[in-house]
Amino acid sequence: MISIQNQDFSLGDEYAAIRSRAGDAGAIVTFTGLVREIYGDNSVAGAVQSLTLEHYPGMTEKCLKEIQQKAENRWPLLATRIIHRVGELHSHEQIVLVATASAHRQAAFDSAEFIMDYLKSEAPFWKKQKSTNESSWVESRDTDKTALDRWQKP
Amino acid sequence: MLNIQYFASIRESLNRNEEQLELPADVHSVQTLIDYLVSANPHFEAVFKGSNENKDGKVLVAVNQTIVDRNHPLGQNDEVAFFPPMTGG
Repeated sequence: MISIQNQDFSLGDEYAAIRSRAGDAGAIVTFTGLVREIYGDNSVAGAVQSLTLEHYPGMTEKCLKEIQQKAENRWPLLATRIIHRVGELHSHEQIVLVATASAHRQAAFDSAEFIMDYLKSEAPFWKKQKSTNESSWVESRDTDKTALDRWQKP
Repeated sequence: MLNIQYFASIRESLNRNEEQLELPADVHSVQTLIDYLVSANPHFEAVFKGSNENKDGKVLVAVNQTIVDRNHPLGQNDEVAFFPPMTGG
């Protein structure tokens, strides 16, 4: 299940929902991404007040479905859940949720990381940070690309 | 009609979200579309200049919502999007 939304989500509600969908799961992993006060190399003077997340409606959903499908082809998953927020978000707010359920923990851990790594490099979202003084687009990071490489080794 | 969309820093640099374009006769690929846009509007030159090699100025292209390279063919009614590397999550 995939959602792109402005509103916040409740980790408790999402956990209960995937737990009830996941049948005889032995492991559920949830990852939550939050807005930090400092981004990247801190080139923007002052702490980040807010982030605005822009996306490409249509392609975003398509892309996340493909990532979810790749994970399901690779691990025996009983259920997956992805939520990504868009619009204006403030420090310490939740941005993204990935949850995976499987019979065993390794598949649940690995697939959650896999989904996050692909989401960061392939899903069409862009962050603009706003501080007291100025606003600027967040630069993509080489480490996010490196994170993908380990999944492409045989 | 070709539907062209711009996102994030590219959208701001060009000061436009999207445009419709009757496919010009000499446009048959992503690269020839970029050449056409650059020749029609000087603002595009700064955006696309060196965008293949230079990480900071990198421009990605999607056709019909899939990322493609510059040789990808274009036809009538394609949806083309230009945007910088993604920074979600």
